[in-house]
Amino acid sequence: MLTKASRTTFLVPLRDGVLAGLVALVLAFPIVGLPTSETAHGLVLRPRIPEAIAFAVAVFLGRFALGVAEAGKPRPILLIALLVAIAAPFASAAPEFGAALAIGGLFVALRSALLAFPGVAGRISGGIRVPPVAIKRAPLVLLLLLVVLPLTPVIDRRLLDIAVLVLTYVMLGWGLNITVGLAGLLDLGYVAFFAIGAYAYALLSLTAGLSFWGALPIAGLCAAAAGLIVGGPILRLRGDYFAIVTLGFGEIVRLVAINWSSLTGGSQGIAQIPRISFFGLADFTATPDPGRRAFHELFGISFDPAHRQIFIFYVILALALAVNAFIARSRKLPLGRAWEALREDEIAAQSLGLNLQRIRLSAYAIAAAWGGFAGAFFAVRQGFISPESFSFLESAVILAIVVLGGVGSQLGVVLAAIVMIGVPELVRQLAEYRMLAFGVAMVAIMVWRPSGLISRREPSIRLGDAT
Amino acid sequence: MLELTDVRSFYGAIEALKGVSIEVRQGEIVALIGANGAGKSTLLMTIFGSPRVRHGSINFLGQDISRLKTHEIARLGIAQAPEGRRVFPRLTVLENLKLGAILAPPANFDRNLARAYAMFPRLQERQGQRAGTLSGGEQQMLAIARALMSEPKLLLLDEPSLGLAPLIVRQIFAAIAEINREHGTTVLLVEQNAHQALKLANRAYVLVNGRIQSTGTGAELLASDEVREAYLGGAGHH
Repeated sequence: MLTKASRTTFLVPLRDGVLAGLVALVLAFPIVGLPTSETAHGLVLRPRIPEAIAFAVAVFLGRFALGVAEAGKPRPILLIALLVAIAAPFASAAPEFGAALAIGGLFVALRSALLAFPGVAGRISGGIRVPPVAIKRAPLVLLLLLVVLPLTPVIDRRLLDIAVLVLTYVMLGWGLNITVGLAGLLDLGYVAFFAIGAYAYALLSLTAGLSFWGALPIAGLCAAAAGLIVGGPILRLRGDYFAIVTLGFGEIVRLVAINWSSLTGGSQGIAQIPRISFFGLADFTATPDPGRRAFHELFGISFDPAHRQIFIFYVILALALAVNAFIARSRKLPLGRAWEALREDEIAAQSLGLNLQRIRLSAYAIAAAWGGFAGAFFAVRQGFISPESFSFLESAVILAIVVLGGVGSQLGVVLAAIVMIGVPELVRQLAEYRMLAFGVAMVAIMVWRPSGLISRREPSIRLGDAT
Repeated sequence: MLELTDVRSFYGAIEALKGVSIEVRQGEIVALIGANGAGKSTLLMTIFGSPRVRHGSINFLGQDISRLKTHEIARLGIAQAPEGRRVFPRLTVLENLKLGAILAPPANFDRNLARAYAMFPRLQERQGQRAGTLSGGEQQMLAIARALMSEPKLLLLDEPSLGLAPLIVRQIFAAIAEINREHGTTVLLVEQNAHQALKLANRAYVLVNGRIQSTGTGAELLASDEVREAYLGGAGHH
């Protein structure tokens, strides 16, 4: 006979473990157990039944161990899980399986360690709550750091590249935050506006010969116009339907870019997009075209290919700051307040005389315009665009940055962009494990900070400066 | 001022209002009393265009408003403190009030805000606080103050006393009387707290199962056996 204590300690986890194992088996069987591979004779099925079963067993063991740890025996489980995690990579014949076991073991170990030493868990989720003063000061410090960053010797080309990439996502995150954070509309197709801006600049510069600075406003306007045209009819829809339609819109734009080859170059994309110039005054090149001046000549310094990159960095920094300033300003204006009111309570907002459609449309179109600006920047920086860069995954990543950063929080978006874009880029050598790190980061944030890294909403009016 | 004629409206397939005709005249306080589920809130929501009127007409200041959208109706000078207060929880008290003032001339904002704070001093003390952190009574005050910021001609109040302590209920009812007296705002008040509502109202309607069962002055209905029986907890009450 089992005692009551051992029943709860082992039987319940056993049941949970079997259940999880069965689910894993159902999922793993077609994916792991029946993979196809391409051969000269076409697709061939290469069954890997033992591996699939092994994965299911591993899931069972992991769930069981977690259950036992949660039921009050975290320390022995911690020890076992650590041993498994360390031994698995060496012991297993199949390296993927070993890696999976090691990661699973680490997870179980981490969870049981947190259970075994509750003080640590408390400190992680509660103790590192960012003090308000830090949040208030952080933007300024961050900004100063960013402004001097390219001029410091620590920065190299690769770091600067990553910084530009992160800032692009910060700008996109802030832009999307207008729709998602302020107006409370779930937009799953934000990348569409990014794409429209990118193609607008690429085509305008190649066909009409417009410079980046001349094309930038037009790219933003194109994206905003697309936002107005699409948003008009779909903003009548309720939240969840709206999200689905935006998802479709994102894909439609990508498909149009692929199939309208005469204009967009199809899946080949557009190459040789003119590079950015120094406000139209000079080019970043060692040998300027006849009649043009080179940047280094203009300033009487020697040529350095890094000049363009540093300039690019300042351009995206300025663009991102422009979005930020726009949001900070609009939150104090009736329009921004109206967005927030609609997010909080549609019915109450309408009964105060707010035109639901028009206000939503304004948020959607303005966010679209910022997406378009970012797109134009993307095109001028890359010099090459193709539909591949504008897949749904991009929309998802931008949305993840907004959600993980804390919906509506500007600083949170920066932190999330660094965590989600910067860190995986830095550890690029891990290659395919990047996506795994991405997933782990998302799970970790959702577990410990479910309302985002920074979930405070700063009031737009404070006591003292009130009217 | 406001005239509903044989109004029918539906919630899904359920007919919530089965031909309601009421009238609110300029400067009055009119109460609408009735049990839970009688259709009182539906009536107020129908005036505001959601749900839409299936049959009949709603006339406000000589204009049929039954086909207008909610925000267009608000623009004509009707404001409401809706059921459940519906303040914007993550916005501050002052932000809520500023949102209420969208339809009023901006030049009047300071005066209207001073009035609102004079009526509910608690709101001034809490003006930088998030509305979601206010007590129920304070939220109700905010909902009423927010509605008043638009300088409405007609104010609709949906169960302002719901879930509040008796002392707060008295404060709220005193404020309603003051709004009507000082600002000349016409008030249509929906209440389950029939006793207080009838004492305050010039006239009242009793709504039962989506139909008007009886009507009269507040005093008449207070004295009516039928109403005492059904809504005032028998003859012994007060």
